[in-house]
Amino acid sequence: MHEFSLMASIMDTIKETAVQNNIARVTKVKLVIGKLSMVLPDSMQFAFEALGKDDMFTGAVLEFEERNISCQCSTCQHLFEVDRSYRFSCPQCGCTEVEVITGRELYIDYFEGDKQ
Amino acid sequence: MVQIKIESNILGANEILARKNRNIFTEKKVLLVNLMSSPGSGKTSILEKTIELLNGQLNLGVIEGDLYTDQDAQRIEKKGVRVIQINTEGTCHLDAGMVGKTFVHLPVDKMDLVFIENVGNLVCPAEFDLGEDFKVVVISTAEGNDKPLKYPLIFREAKAVLVNKIDLLPYTDFSLEKIKEDISKINPSAKIFMVSGRTGQGINKWNQWLLEEVKRKKSI
Repeated sequence: MHEFSLMASIMDTIKETAVQNNIARVTKVKLVIGKLSMVLPDSMQFAFEALGKDDMFTGAVLEFEERNISCQCSTCQHLFEVDRSYRFSCPQCGCTEVEVITGRELYIDYFEGDKQ
Repeated sequence: MVQIKIESNILGANEILARKNRNIFTEKKVLLVNLMSSPGSGKTSILEKTIELLNGQLNLGVIEGDLYTDQDAQRIEKKGVRVIQINTEGTCHLDAGMVGKTFVHLPVDKMDLVFIENVGNLVCPAEFDLGEDFKVVVISTAEGNDKPLKYPLIFREAKAVLVNKIDLLPYTDFSLEKIKEDISKINPSAKIFMVSGRTGQGINKWNQWLLEEVKRKKSI
């Protein structure tokens, strides 16, 4: 449900940057979302369409890149992926101190638009 | 067509405000705990019992997050601690800005520990850093065993998990073994406390841990 407020802030950031760059119409927005983040792409899409009516976002496409969860072991430095069983311990040495390297992403990568 | 690279964190604005909150509590050496759960898990009952059994050993404050009502705040106030109400007016989580605004009404200088009772929700609050020292998640035996694997982020982020309504265990299919296994898979260092906000079972143990954390914060 927080997708609406997130999308509103994404669109504010983009609008501001678009104006600074003389862009009148946004055609594409690309977001990067990690699989550990609690953001649903479908809800983001819905919010994007609902909030983007009648302004510079009309007809714009929203694109996502999902990032898998990966961790690094603090003991043996082994890099590994975490699947949906969510086991956050090192498969190589069993250490439970692991750092999440990817999977928590939640950022605007870029947007595309047409100049005035 | 032009492409503009932004690479901006969507929660960047919240993170700046969270850092500000964290700095205030670090400077004052006051512990700030973000208490989260789904609706009805018993956050308020646990807080009531925690305050009661601490019996004045700590100066406490509570920041109460709720969509529209102040029912929980009224319950906490009866226990004789300072409560500040935040009504999010429909928003499903607290953010660092909302929490920061309450500090002017809270005599933080005179406190040892401030609890933030977040809006009941296992999804959105996990994403929003409030500037707390750590997060604590409550899950109750009546909710079923599936919560950690369904909402991994909140359990991954928590320093402690309180398994509440332990007094109802005989009337449910809830498995303590399974919940311990799932939590320690997602978050091996999380402390797990078995408690009942209703009967007070396990609350002293949790309080003991809180006292140690308060001491640790003061010594930094």
